[in-house]
Amino acid sequence: MGERLATSALAGGLGLAAGALAIVLGGGNPFTAYAALVEGALGSSYGWSEVAVKSCPLAITGLAVALAFRAGIWNIGAEGQLVAGALLAVWFGTSMPTLPALLGIPLTMIAAALGGALVAAAAGALKLRRNVDEVISTIMLNFIILGLVGFLVQGPLMESAARYPQSDALPAYAQLPRLITGMRVHVGIGIALALIPLAAILLYRTRFGFVMRASGSNPAAARTAGFAVNRTLFQTFVLSGALAGLAGGIEVSAITHRMYESFSPGYGYTAIAVALLGRLDPVGVLVAALLFGVLEAGSSSMQRVAGVSSVLVSLVQACIILALAAIEHRRGRRSDRWL
Amino acid sequence: MELELFTALCTAAVAMAVPLLFAGLGELLAEKSGVINIGLEGMILLGAFAAFAVAHATGSNAAGLAAALALGGVWGLGFAYFAVVRGANQIVVGTAVNLFATGLTGVLYRSIYGVTGTAMTIEPSPTIALPGARSIPILGQALLNQTPLTYVCLATIPLMALFLARTRAGLELKMVGENPNAAATHGINVARTRTSALVACGIFCAAGGAYLTLDYTHTFVEGMSSGRGFIALAIVIVGRRRPAGVLVAALLFGFVTALQFHFQALALGIPFQFFLVLPYVATLALLALNAGDTNAPAALGKN
Repeated sequence: MGERLATSALAGGLGLAAGALAIVLGGGNPFTAYAALVEGALGSSYGWSEVAVKSCPLAITGLAVALAFRAGIWNIGAEGQLVAGALLAVWFGTSMPTLPALLGIPLTMIAAALGGALVAAAAGALKLRRNVDEVISTIMLNFIILGLVGFLVQGPLMESAARYPQSDALPAYAQLPRLITGMRVHVGIGIALALIPLAAILLYRTRFGFVMRASGSNPAAARTAGFAVNRTLFQTFVLSGALAGLAGGIEVSAITHRMYESFSPGYGYTAIAVALLGRLDPVGVLVAALLFGVLEAGSSSMQRVAGVSSVLVSLVQACIILALAAIEHRRGRRSDRWL
Repeated sequence: MELELFTALCTAAVAMAVPLLFAGLGELLAEKSGVINIGLEGMILLGAFAAFAVAHATGSNAAGLAAALALGGVWGLGFAYFAVVRGANQIVVGTAVNLFATGLTGVLYRSIYGVTGTAMTIEPSPTIALPGARSIPILGQALLNQTPLTYVCLATIPLMALFLARTRAGLELKMVGENPNAAATHGINVARTRTSALVACGIFCAAGGAYLTLDYTHTFVEGMSSGRGFIALAIVIVGRRRPAGVLVAALLFGFVTALQFHFQALALGIPFQFFLVLPYVATLALLALNAGDTNAPAALGKN
């Protein structure tokens, strides 16, 4: 455990160092930039609230990716599943009759999970029935859903005012409440925090989790041992998609309230970095999501104060992934074959 | 449809197809050697940026192209270091390459050029009319009155087909992709073969990116690869991992994209997003229906 932590810390440090190098290359001062980033994210209660807001979708999609990867499923489609979840949440939330919030919010969340699950189930069925590589199918599905959103928000789902390419706002009874006036921190963060131990229990303490991990590390052996590998894999696809969809539902219900084309700033792709840095472990995912949440929340103030583009965060994430990949192999640890 | 309009559509289709073709041919080589590279998108973007930055600084598009190609080779080498030498998962490395490119080009573009609001432009690469450009209807204009990079791209296709089918290196490459252990037993250096394929893939992607900035848009916009790397991934599958197939698929999708702009202008009631997602739907449909041999190497994606 200590060694794994050290590896992750080293990778994180290397990622930040690579980011600093890029800032220097661009003629900036990395110390000013990183100081502005930390100040923006952690220097005020508003900053802390934003860290929570940014970490929330990353933690849930990070879980979605981590569970899939654990089962040996290369789900690159968390992005599309997240957007599909948000889409179904908005469609459902704006078309349902007036309900008490106690009913409206859970139903909207279920719709979101269903949306993500449906997309992932398609990839799962293609993989298990037609032997279609899920890397390719989930990438293709990401773009198909993006196109679908573009069509819907300019067509059937366009706001009634018909001015902007966006959906109508979710009614109040489908909106996840925010916790503090003037800040965006919301109830959905509690859902994310609750999902972490649930995922850990599922993964380490249930038969389903065991079969999942067995299918991931050696599917042939798991089949020989008599486990229903294909059924477990399909269920993992659905679970992974449902989580990503739920993340999208929470985001639309608590933060944006509307659907539009650039709804997700790539949460589903960052989730891959979150899952890997978190070593495909639920608690690790939470820590990684918080770290990336700090980076995302502070990046806009870094851009404002130090003039360094906020997309620097992507570069840092990429270098963390690569550093992890290189370090793990040097140690030659067979248990980390996924990297 | 009027002849003039059809000619314009075909010309636009070829222009749209060139970056897809470059990246697709690069991916074809990588996949034939057994490595799946989902970092095409990032490699195109880096190539586009390098070509633009150097062409803008030196005033020479040739220098821009050279810089992009050199850098593309380096990215390919980097990919190979992690995925082949270190044995890291190819999907993980590809994902990292895409994130890396978005971050690096964004940071450098904004710090070098600032957020000026006005687009920085470079001199467009000239088109060169080959014999027949005027006399052959439609195709003459579309195929024979293009930029030099377009000709290079089109000429690469038969060369690559020959390379894969008729040369020792090409056969060794395919053997490494089908059965690396058997190839190693035959004395083929698997790591070196895959590394070479990835370097070539990086160079091809960079050429596609350079085409975007030097020949097509004459400027750089953040994220301007806009999914082309993923469409290239799709056309390799739709083209059944054969150079000629990749050409047909790239031209088809190029034509559909050109058509989409036209339909958008005409407002015929067909949502233009339908055209945007067509490559992805076609790929999924083809894979789902298992229509024919996908020609995938047996060891694709395995370390």
